[in-house]
Amino acid sequence: MTQNPETAPLNPAEGTDLDALDQGTYAKLRTARNEARLELDGTWHQISPRYVVSQIVQNVIFIAIVVAVAVVLNVVLEQDWVWIPAGVILLITVITLVILPRQAKAIGYMLRADDIVFRKGILWQRMIAVPYGRMQLVDITQGPLDRAFGVSQLKMVTAAATTGVQIPGLTQAASEALRDTLIQVAETRRTGL
Amino acid sequence: MSEPQPPLTPSPQASAVEPSTTLANGEWHRMHPLTPLFKGGLALIIVAGIVVANMRDRVINWLVALFTPEEAHYGDYTGGDPVDWVLANNLILVALLSVLGLVLVLVAIFWFVWRFQQFRITGDHVEVRKGIIFRSHRRAPLDRVQGVNLTRPFPARIIGLAKLEVVGAGNDANVELEYLATPRAESVRADILRLASGARAARHAALNPDAAGAGTAAPASARAQLVGSMNAGVNDLIAGVDLADVVPESVVKIPTGRLVGSQLISGLLWLVFFGVIFAVAIGSTLIGMLVDGDPDGGVVLLGIGLGMGIPMVIAVVGITWAQISKSLRYSIAPTPDGVRITYGLLTTVTETLPPGRIFAVEVSQSLLWRPFGWWMIKINRMSGKSAAQQSSGSGQQFNVVLPVGKRADVERVLALVLPDVPAASISSLWDQGVVGPSEGDAYRRMPRRAWWRRPVSWKRHGYLVEEFGLILRRGNIWRKLAVFPLARLQGVSLSQGPIDRAQRVSGAQVHTVPGPITGYLSGLERADALALLDDVSRAAAEAASRDTTHRWSEHASTPTAVAAPVAPPPYTGPPPVFTALGQTPPAPPVAPPPASPVAAPPVAPPPAPPVAPPAAPPVAPPAPPASPAAPGE
Repeated sequence: MTQNPETAPLNPAEGTDLDALDQGTYAKLRTARNEARLELDGTWHQISPRYVVSQIVQNVIFIAIVVAVAVVLNVVLEQDWVWIPAGVILLITVITLVILPRQAKAIGYMLRADDIVFRKGILWQRMIAVPYGRMQLVDITQGPLDRAFGVSQLKMVTAAATTGVQIPGLTQAASEALRDTLIQVAETRRTGL
Repeated sequence: MSEPQPPLTPSPQASAVEPSTTLANGEWHRMHPLTPLFKGGLALIIVAGIVVANMRDRVINWLVALFTPEEAHYGDYTGGDPVDWVLANNLILVALLSVLGLVLVLVAIFWFVWRFQQFRITGDHVEVRKGIIFRSHRRAPLDRVQGVNLTRPFPARIIGLAKLEVVGAGNDANVELEYLATPRAESVRADILRLASGARAARHAALNPDAAGAGTAAPASARAQLVGSMNAGVNDLIAGVDLADVVPESVVKIPTGRLVGSQLISGLLWLVFFGVIFAVAIGSTLIGMLVDGDPDGGVVLLGIGLGMGIPMVIAVVGITWAQISKSLRYSIAPTPDGVRITYGLLTTVTETLPPGRIFAVEVSQSLLWRPFGWWMIKINRMSGKSAAQQSSGSGQQFNVVLPVGKRADVERVLALVLPDVPAASISSLWDQGVVGPSEGDAYRRMPRRAWWRRPVSWKRHGYLVEEFGLILRRGNIWRKLAVFPLARLQGVSLSQGPIDRAQRVSGAQVHTVPGPITGYLSGLERADALALLDDVSRAAAEAASRDTTHRWSEHASTPTAVAAPVAPPPYTGPPPVFTALGQTPPAPPVAPPPASPVAAPPVAPPPAPPVAPPAAPPVAPPAPPASPAAPGE
């Protein structure tokens, strides 16, 4: 997965270990059915289904904690009102859980000649293109549960505060291959800022 | 802590006299001796103020007793006054001694603070270290310098001191040299810009006489130095801004009347704003009183009216005055190291913006200014300040490059801040962009069916991609035209909600560094939005590979003969590694045959410019220094 910087070619489309990027990911991107949706030519790389599992487990743990706190407050302190905020939190979490698998299938990224394009969302679709040379740093983060499921999140930082590209749910191998490629390509195209 | 500590034992006059002619010699230098007074002096003034306020009664009483002894009532002030207590217990000597001791301790602290604050300018970095207990050492690379500001706050200006701020890219990334005597600060600024530009040897000699002048201005005794700098400061205050190293001719002359008028009109806006609040408050009180049938309503109403009205008037006057005094004595001029902007009546700020440090430029006009034909120009730039500093008034002034100007002024300033724009394009930029839309312009604008997103300005709302930058034309009541230089564009994003999709449109956002200019367009035709994502991104990458501004003089100083053969094909100019890439972009990224561009550069024989190694090689970049398009490090 990690390539020797001397021998790796610069073109990201060739240089990246494509197998690592596409191993164990969703096979088909889920988008809106309307013809007017935003669409680009090229292949989208997708994220791992294990991301959904990891997120579901995290959300279930969260629900359990909220319920536990509410029950304790209700029984021990006899506060009935706690069910109002707890109910709101639980409702939001459950809705998140329901749409999570759909959302995960809509996340994708594309490595083009000059930039990386990241997309997400079905109903509210968002696409962002960041030229390789503008990348200031690439960050890989991994929570404890993410580690258990072998997924990590890759974040790209540019000089603009608003770009904020965060690709969740990459497999360990994919995130490292992607990071190495991005940094390598950014090296060759960097300007002052 | 490993670097040598400042020697504490040698005689103080050794530090007062700088034997070398330039401060950018890699040695550690100290700030001006009066620096701590201005940095920590504010607290002293506050303490003095409290003391004076407490002594006021006593002084008045003493004066009264002096002239009309029979009116004085000492008895009124017996309760717990420390002065009485001291007098009563015969402790005058002790009190005086303790005051003296306090002064001595303060002086000693100031002296130590001064001793431990030092700066150094080497070929690649500018460094500042300070602090006694909590040491801090900040070092900034010179090729990432975003600008150099010379600020002269009013009190420091009287005794001829200035603060030099080296602007870095990032949050709280500035290196501040405060305070230096003004001539020294100017010579340091010139040195920093010269070193940052990459043209080391070329202009060194030219700037030396000036630096030597600064050296001789530091005479033997610190007192003479102080008197000299104070004289200079007072003269400067009377004579106006006078910069010693280069006196650039401002390209824009703003009549004071126009400046004051424009700000007064803006102040009018504030007045209207506050007036509405005022009227609402008074009106609701009045209604409440009429309902209650309160007989004393008039008094209450008067109280509310004065209580709200006076602070509001003060606020409006204050805001307007602050704007006017900041914008007065404005000048903008080109220098070899970038655009120099000077403004401020009492606190004078001189900014130097090296080339390629401007991320977006916007020409704007409010409805109130339209009858007069006035325009304002703002920029987005890296300010290197923390978020709190950025939101302050001075931080916002930082982004204004032309407070008010007519069309000719705007065009001249645009030519300065956007050097890549061909002169011929500026007039079309004006006719189609700033005052547009005009018949048959090339702007991709909002389709008619999406009009309700911008009911007033939908005919103007659109973008245009030019070779030098991306142009966004927006607003009809507040007419705005923003130019984003492609070489410094940080990204493009599209967003489409369900309503957008039903109308076959999409919103688009151009990303750049934080600043007053935002890059949002709504309701673009779907195809136009996708073209924005495709074309701009590619053009931005190409423009960036041609951009050499991070060492702006390095390439400019090489002979023009070198540039001549390379100049005609600017697009094919990038170094070999890029040509292979640059020729394949339309194909989907997976399709190209796995011919490694590095292993086989002859696939695309680059238009290898027949340039022998230049006479003065740039700072050994990894890429071949052959073409000016080399991206350097």
